[in-house]
Amino acid sequence: MSATRRVNWVASVVLLVSMAGAITTLYAIDRIRRGATLQDALYIRSSKTLRRISLGYTGLLADIYWTRAVQYFGYQHHAASADFRLLGPLLEITTELDPKLLPAYQFGVNFVAPKPPNGAGMPKEALALIQYGIAHNPDQWRLYYNLGFLYYTEFNDYAKAADAFTRGAQVPVTNEFMPILAARMAQHAGEFDTARMLWFTTYQSTTEAQIRQNAIEHLRALRVDEDVTRLEEVVTKYRQQTGKLPATMSDLERAGLIRGTPLDPTDRPYNLMSDGRIEVQDPDRILFITKGLPPGMASPQPKVATKD
Amino acid sequence: MSSRIASVAFNTFREAVRDRVLYNLIAFALLLSGAAILVGQVSIDIERLVVVNLGLTAVSLFGVVIAIFIGIGLVSKEIEKRTLYTVLSRPVRRWEFVVGKFFGLTGTLVVNTFFMAIGVFLALLYVAHKFEKMDAWVLVALYFIVLQFLMVCALALFFSSFSTPLMSAVFTFALFVIGSLSEDLRGFARIAQGLGGWIATSIAYLVPNFSALNVINQVAHGDAVPGRLILYNSIYALLYSAMAISGAVLIFQRRNLK
Repeated sequence: MSATRRVNWVASVVLLVSMAGAITTLYAIDRIRRGATLQDALYIRSSKTLRRISLGYTGLLADIYWTRAVQYFGYQHHAASADFRLLGPLLEITTELDPKLLPAYQFGVNFVAPKPPNGAGMPKEALALIQYGIAHNPDQWRLYYNLGFLYYTEFNDYAKAADAFTRGAQVPVTNEFMPILAARMAQHAGEFDTARMLWFTTYQSTTEAQIRQNAIEHLRALRVDEDVTRLEEVVTKYRQQTGKLPATMSDLERAGLIRGTPLDPTDRPYNLMSDGRIEVQDPDRILFITKGLPPGMASPQPKVATKD
Repeated sequence: MSSRIASVAFNTFREAVRDRVLYNLIAFALLLSGAAILVGQVSIDIERLVVVNLGLTAVSLFGVVIAIFIGIGLVSKEIEKRTLYTVLSRPVRRWEFVVGKFFGLTGTLVVNTFFMAIGVFLALLYVAHKFEKMDAWVLVALYFIVLQFLMVCALALFFSSFSTPLMSAVFTFALFVIGSLSEDLRGFARIAQGLGGWIATSIAYLVPNFSALNVINQVAHGDAVPGRLILYNSIYALLYSAMAISGAVLIFQRRNLK
């Protein structure tokens, strides 16, 4: 083998081995420095300072911070952590750098408000975020919708929710459901219908697959909650008419109180229990339901990976 | 073999000194002493922070600029001046020439960094009046900066082995910027899916990782640097530099110098 070929061989081997080694080492470095970039980013908490550092490219910097917020939430959520303390500052910096970044408000509220494991469990921070968004984007109906939704789901404050939907209904381009939602909130009426309309509007107003899926799960859960409530009312009615509890669903059907065997969203018949309660057959398959559960069982929530 | 590499390296170092590269130390000294005096007068309680942040950032940026602008000319200048033929006509192999150039440039940068480090510590002493235990982490940050120089020199040499000086500078600088944001890049790659995710992950792991070598913020706040990170960063920088130098050798071996 000539000297040149030998050098080529050695250089090629060194190149490949060092490349494989560098990638492996980098993987190890990443494991040590998980979250370090985020910490670095948060050494500077002033958006004014960041504005200066960015030389005016604040839009790009806001996009980077928003992506970091998403990654941070995703990582903590995946690790089943209840510690989301950096989420607030990240979203604050993001929206101060680019107050027009609507996804940061819309999805940010979904990350921040709900209780863990679905969110960070910080409704007050979520409220501050969405109010900041509305102050800078007063013509965006979705932000009023998010605000009303937040008041309704997290604070149970119907008056403020109604006010938010009313304001949202008045912007030039709005959603047809906004005035109806405002009216329903004001009347405090039809809990199931109102909730269904809220989740339907959420489903309709986003293209984000995960949020749509979440809305679908909630709509399914609402259907179960409503079915179970209605069927238990029917059982009560049967008991009043006959003086005893029905043994099967067929008893209710024969009494002319229901038509056919009612099915849950997974196409399984509802179970009529000996004490007159109604239960779904497989509660783990229908997330977020609050009714139709075996006694003592908590509302099923989406599963997240446990910490490794 | 080693004496030939050492000769090329020593000559590269001597040439850099002759090119007044070390004059940047004057600018560095002026910048640091000016900042130390000025910040003490116009701000409250961030004198140490500013000296560490500004000092280490300046060491890093000055060094990177030197590494890029000297690194890109290491091969082309020798060809242009026709001194390369004289060197290669002696019993110096092409790979020895490339490796020698690399060591010569990194040597220049190590000497440059040594003097700058003295400047940083003098400025620290001026603003804080005494050294503290946490100042030792500044040495680790300086060590990481030297590792960064190794990689930048290797990349500059790699690009200069097949490209024009201007394009080599552009490529190296672009990789420096991308590498400084590489942790974000890998973060984005992790959330991308399918073929796009696979391509993004491959690119993210192939570009140099300068983010992990930048602990300036951390040490400015007196935070410790994990021992494992020091070890892995050292291994990584050496392997990455070896990879780039091997690439440069392979290309330079095949290059038609006529």
